[in-house]
Amino acid sequence: MDQLSSLVDWSRAQFALTAMYHWIFVPLTLGMSFMIAIMETIYVRTGKEEWKKMTKFWAKLFGINFAIGVATGIILEFEFGTNWSNYSWFVGDIFGAPLAIEGIMAFFMESTFIAIMFFGWNKVSKKFHLTSTWLVAIGANLSALWILVANAWMQFPTGTVFNPDTARNEMINFGDVLFSPIAVNKFLHTISSSYIVGAVFIIGVSSWFLLKKREIVFAKKSILVAATFGFIASVFVAFTGDGSAYQVAQKQPMKLAAMEGLYDGQNGAGLIVVGVLTPGKQAGDDKDADIFKVEIPKLLSFLGYRDTDAFVPGVNDLVYGNDEQGLISAEEKIARGRIAIETLHEYKVAKENGDSTYAEIALLFDRETPQGKEFYDNYFRYFGYGYLNSPEDIIPNVPMTFYSFHIMVALGFFFIFFFFMMLIFTIKNSIDRRKMWLRIALFTMPLAFIATQTGWIVAEVGRQPWVIQDLMPTVAAVSQIDASAVQLTFVLFAIIFTALLVAEISIMLKAIKTGPNEGGK
Amino acid sequence: MKIFQPIQKAFRFYVEGFRHMPAWGRKMWLIIIIKGIAIFVIMKFLFFPNLLKKNYNSDEERSKHVLEQLTKPR
Repeated sequence: MDQLSSLVDWSRAQFALTAMYHWIFVPLTLGMSFMIAIMETIYVRTGKEEWKKMTKFWAKLFGINFAIGVATGIILEFEFGTNWSNYSWFVGDIFGAPLAIEGIMAFFMESTFIAIMFFGWNKVSKKFHLTSTWLVAIGANLSALWILVANAWMQFPTGTVFNPDTARNEMINFGDVLFSPIAVNKFLHTISSSYIVGAVFIIGVSSWFLLKKREIVFAKKSILVAATFGFIASVFVAFTGDGSAYQVAQKQPMKLAAMEGLYDGQNGAGLIVVGVLTPGKQAGDDKDADIFKVEIPKLLSFLGYRDTDAFVPGVNDLVYGNDEQGLISAEEKIARGRIAIETLHEYKVAKENGDSTYAEIALLFDRETPQGKEFYDNYFRYFGYGYLNSPEDIIPNVPMTFYSFHIMVALGFFFIFFFFMMLIFTIKNSIDRRKMWLRIALFTMPLAFIATQTGWIVAEVGRQPWVIQDLMPTVAAVSQIDASAVQLTFVLFAIIFTALLVAEISIMLKAIKTGPNEGGK
Repeated sequence: MKIFQPIQKAFRFYVEGFRHMPAWGRKMWLIIIIKGIAIFVIMKFLFFPNLLKKNYNSDEERSKHVLEQLTKPR
């Protein structure tokens, strides 16, 4: 068991490392692409060369980021095949279809039009070049859509049925997968948070120019575009974040409980604004959940259920059950999950032996039949619980989820204020005199990356132990390979990705120091 | 042949683009190529084989293996 835990932990750590490094490059690509398209649109409409200069400079930084980041995500797909082979087979075409579309879109749209974006100046018409720039932005964002749809299905599996003959989930309704409420919210929240990263980056670099008293007009106009775009995106992020929290409350109540460090469920639950959790707090013990907290009364109930008096289940309610609220215990779910696994085993044996019970058991896996529906509702929906050893296994890392969530939310509101102030100063034409705000802009750059990374920590750590919600925990998804091999590749990745990041930062810094004028100052 | 003209034009566009690429662009391509070799050649073949594809010959065998994994006593 210890060996398995080590394998699962290292495989998870490796996937997290790859995903987190990949996600340093992606949001900058997604965010900057639209602002570059906006700048070029202004250039085409006004014919003013300064907008062309802006477009080309930011496109150069975009290009550096794109080149360093491209293909870092493909390693995640390799890891599916090696470290998570049970999982990659079990998800079947649910992942295959969106990822295939993503591959085609990324390849044809981004690769084709990015070439025109960089090689096409003075070779194709202005309008054709502008169209290409917009298509790069749209293509990049659509690529993200398919990845996020696949991720959303793992958080809320829908539009599929399990085939006991192939041990795979099969898509029966693509629309349900694509337009699941989790997918829609996840896509909108993730891309708009990426726009914030792009906007903060452009403002930060422009602020550096202003502090150095260089490229004044260029920097001010860049800040105007980025602050406007960033302000709209940051307000939108707040709304989509609210939508995400609502969906989490409905579909992943344990994640919501972890996000708020809520152990004992309550009616009219408050939302913690600032708080410190009690170290060593465990489910079922009698310690207070937090050392101190400042909370807004009833807000969590309202955000989660649109009712200020609604009951929000806590960790203890979800682990040990709550009869009053109709919540069954994890122990009961584990028992039901084991029955589902045992039934699948019986089906497999009966099929292999040509037993007459084979057809009868097959009906249990067909949700169109009355017995199949009953079996799904009472047993198969808890399939993944059958792999867990104890009820407490369903609890994610509460402190990591709690603090990540609160850092993300605090930064989210800070960004709204930050963009608003930068916009006001730019409109008043006083931004170059606001030294303190220009310095704040520099320090805000890493904060934007921290916010987007903590968002993913909430989404992924908060849903542990599941790779597919309620259907497959990490312990069942992992391939039976040597943990030391995973440790080796973990170290290898850490070195490669760190080298790529160092390369990106140093090339980026050199390009920034050179500035928008060819050859530099 | 007129039908090949757009292809020839696109090909020339790319050749011209690469030929007149600025120094930073060449550096980026060098990074992309090194990274591509590291990811698609070294990592894929040495460290990340697709276990089910490598160890089993048909989808039927893969299904059987995963079913065994999922239903084995724990």
